[in-house]
Parts: sequence; C-alpha cells; structure tokens
Amino acid sequence: MDITRNSLHLPKDAPPVTIPCCIKTTNLSLFYGKKAAFRDISLNLDRNSVTVIMGPSGCGKSSFLSALNRLSDFIPCCEVEGSIHLDGESLLEGSIDRTVLHKRVGMIFQKPNPFPMSIRKNITFPLREHGITSKRELEARLVQVLVDVGLWDEVKDRLDTSALTLSGGQQQRLCIARALALEPEILLMDEPCSALDPISSGKVEELILKLQARYTLVVVTHNLSQARRIATHAALFWVKDDCGCLVECGPADQVFGSPREELTAAYVKGMKG
Amino acid sequence: MSLWQKDKAFLFVLSVCASLAGVISIFIFFFLAKESVPAMAGIGLSQFVMDETWFASENQYNVLPLLWGSVLVSVGAVAFATPLGILSGLFCHFYAPSAIAGFYRSMVHLLAGIPSVIFGFWGLVSLVPLVARIHPPGPSLLAGVIVLGIMILPTIMVILDDAIANLSRLYLNSTVALGVSKWGALKGLILPNLRKQVGVSILLGLARSIGETMAILMVCGNVVRFPTSVFNPIRTLTANIALEMPFAMNVHRSALFFTGLIMMVLVAILMSTAQTRTSRQA
Repeated sequence: MDITRNSLHLPKDAPPVTIPCCIKTTNLSLFYGKKAAFRDISLNLDRNSVTVIMGPSGCGKSSFLSALNRLSDFIPCCEVEGSIHLDGESLLEGSIDRTVLHKRVGMIFQKPNPFPMSIRKNITFPLREHGITSKRELEARLVQVLVDVGLWDEVKDRLDTSALTLSGGQQQRLCIARALALEPEILLMDEPCSALDPISSGKVEELILKLQARYTLVVVTHNLSQARRIATHAALFWVKDDCGCLVECGPADQVFGSPREELTAAYVKGMKG
Repeated sequence: MSLWQKDKAFLFVLSVCASLAGVISIFIFFFLAKESVPAMAGIGLSQFVMDETWFASENQYNVLPLLWGSVLVSVGAVAFATPLGILSGLFCHFYAPSAIAGFYRSMVHLLAGIPSVIFGFWGLVSLVPLVARIHPPGPSLLAGVIVLGIMILPTIMVILDDAIANLSRLYLNSTVALGVSKWGALKGLILPNLRKQVGVSILLGLARSIGETMAILMVCGNVVRFPTSVFNPIRTLTANIALEMPFAMNVHRSALFFTGLIMMVLVAILMSTAQTRTSRQA
C-alpha cells in the first residue's frame, strides 16, 4: 500500500512523498557498552500486521523495540549498528526529526504510566506539544481515541479527575489512547499486559485485534497463548552466546503450525522457554 | 536463652532507645518553659511586645525586632536558595552531561558538611566588605541572607534533586516516546508536579535557617532594630541568645530562655507542617 506523508528527515517543509510502507531492519545490532543485547536481526514488519516477538528474558526483545523508535539514544553508552528503514527512509543515518518519528511510531510500556494529571490532559498535553491548539480538534480527538480503546463509557463523566484514580487496565488503555491520539502508523508494545489482571489483559488483547485494521503493531510478550491469539506474524528471539538473536520469523500460522527450526517447535509446544 | 526470649530482650532495648530519643525533645521543651517562667511572671508577656526595644540593662525586653530579624533573614535565605535549587536540579537532570552533574552534586554535598563558623568567617572577610562597597556599613541583612542561602542550599537541592529524579524516572521515557520536547516535559509535567516538594523544601529550609546562629552572628551586625533596607544590620533571636547568655543574670537570663522557647515552637510548627505534607504525599 502506498501512502502520502511527511518525511522523517529535515527540513520539515519538504513536500510529502509517496513511499511504500513498512519497517525493515537489516543486520541490526544493539550494544550496551561492549556487551551486545542482540546481534544481526533482520526483520520486516508489514503494514496492518500484528507481529509478536517472543522469547526468554534477556534475549533483547525490549531493546529491539527501543531501537525501532530510537529511544535507545537516551540510554547512556547504548550503540545501534545495522540499518532500520521506515518506509524506505533510514532511521539511523543523518539527522531525523524526532518529533515526526515519535508521532509516527508510538510506544506502550510494560507498566501503565499515565501522567499525574487529569484523564483529559493525559490525551491533550502531548497533542498541544505537537502544535494542536484548537479546542474543537482537541476535544474531537479526545473522544475519538477514548471510544477507540473502549474507555469512553467508563470515564466520560470524570474526564477531569486524576488519571491515577483509574484501575491498572484502564490506565494501560488510557496510555494506548494517548499514543493513538497522535495518529501513529506503528505501535510498539512492550509486554502491554504483563502488569494486568486476566480480565484487563483480555480487554487489551481485544483492542490489539481491533487496532490491527488501522495500525501496524509490534507486541513483545512472554505469554505464549496470548501470542497465538493475537499474532498475524511471529518472531522468536533466543539467547545464544550471551547475546540475543533471531531464531525464526514468519506468518503466525507457519511459526506456530509448522516451524522450520527445532527450537521454535519446542518453544511453541511449551517445552522450552 | 530461647529465641523468643532473645527477641523479647532485643525489643526491650529497642523500645528504650526509641523512647529516649522522643523523651529528650519533650524534656528540652519543658526545661525551656520552666526557665522562662520567671521572665513571664516578672516581666509579663505584654512587655515582650510593648517595650521600646531589647536592651536588658535598662529592662527593655521587646522580642519583636529580634523575631522580625530572624524571620526576614530566613525568608530571604529561602527566597535566595529555592530558585537556585530548582534551576540547578533541572540543569543536572535534563541538560548537564553526567560528569558535570555528578561533580556539581558532590560539591553541594560537600557544602552541607562545611561548619557554619567557616561560612561566617568567609562572609566576614569576603562578603561583608563587598556589601560595604555597594552600601555601608557592610554587616547587614543582605549579607546574612546570602550566607544563610548558601548554607541551606544543600537541604533544598537534595530534596528537589530527589523529586526530579523520581518524576523523570517515572515519566521521561513516555514523554520522549510521545515526541514531547524536553522543555515541553519540564513545563507541562515536571514543574507542576514539583510544587509539593518545593513546599516541603521551603519549610525545611526555613526551619534550618531560623535556628542558624554562628554565621549569622558574624555577618549581620547584631544591632537591635527593625531594618528599613537590606543594607541595615539586624540581630536575630539566636544571635541574641549567643551574645547575651554569657553575662545574663536572673530575669534577663530567663527572658533569653523565653526567646529560646519561641524559637523552639516556631521550628516545631515548621517541621511538623513539612512532615504532614510529606506523609500526605506518600
């Protein structure tokens, strides 16, 4: 699918270009000082897919996500090698406009972390920072994203109370709404359900399936059955020589149904990891 | 001895130690109150606010100029140190390279360890002449505010540094991931949520500075009067006690204890307000 959008690279006023759509990493490695978190990961993320990244702790799943939206730049001594292309544009070379990058590639963290302000402000504060000041527009996006994450009916009468009064599951959905308000194309989710109870976790899963129609999602999870329920594509990371690597990736049916690697077969049967 | 008995013995030692610490401050309070009774009875409370000034040899015991001196110099010091604490905290966390931030922090911690007489000495030989050059006489409210401000900076800085670290650990990643600029996060998220801690650091800074004696005594000139400008010398409650206690007798001595009691009540109010504010946050 081709889509028209603003370029990542400066200057901002360059005319929008038409480019094919996806994230593609080639031989991507990430180092904390001298220690590699993962090495040589080449992965394509298709538009409107839910790619689930699975694997044991310490195999570099979260680090991989943080490289995709360059949050890794903010970790001291963290170096990224290889290449990442977002719609054909390199993320690692040249000066990129972070505001545009983070608007296009949203991120949800493991622990729900709404800001200590009202529910309304949680959504409108980042929007204002991105230059949206019209009250009508702010209100419209607020309602839209809260409806999208299924939170509207639960919070419509208390939009001005603190977001910290919400339950854990509601907080996580608010964080997803906050990211959606910026109209991203890609959402990176780092174990979005691991801090939630089964019912809240189920709601977030439903949401992920719903969002697939409009967004490209990358979800890191430890939960194999959850991975089976939500994935259209799956990737298995593993630790080899104390460093994360990619074992296998492909459409979910293939990875779960007829894996090519023995390790994957053992993992999806629940015999390993 | 069985384990249970050991536990009981240990509990006994702990309770004695804990109650000792609590009882001491109560004893000090009663001691001050007891020693102030002759003054309250002999001079009468009205004289403490109605007399022309504080001049013990002529039986003048107005505490208001002293109290006013203490309040002014403390409030001034807090007003001087708080913005410095906030801005340096933000600089350390958001803009300074970590080596510079680390160096700055260790310098501030060192500042906390410098004895107050050294601050007074520095104020006397460096700051007071400097103030005198702008406006004589030199020993003044302004000199006191600056010296005291530098002395309480570590208290304020440490509280705010901690609060900023906490907030940025919790929220900075999310603001970055949402494409919010550093300045945007500071203005919209960090500063508004820092208000409570700023309040607490102001209260603790006040409590600390209202009790400071030595440095103030050395740079403030110690003239009993209501100042009309920052260049006027002042005398604080604490400096007054330190100056007059060595030769005070009878009612005069008791009057000094009474001023000590006022100080203790003031500090107790400030500390307990700070404490309730902190616990309410938790």
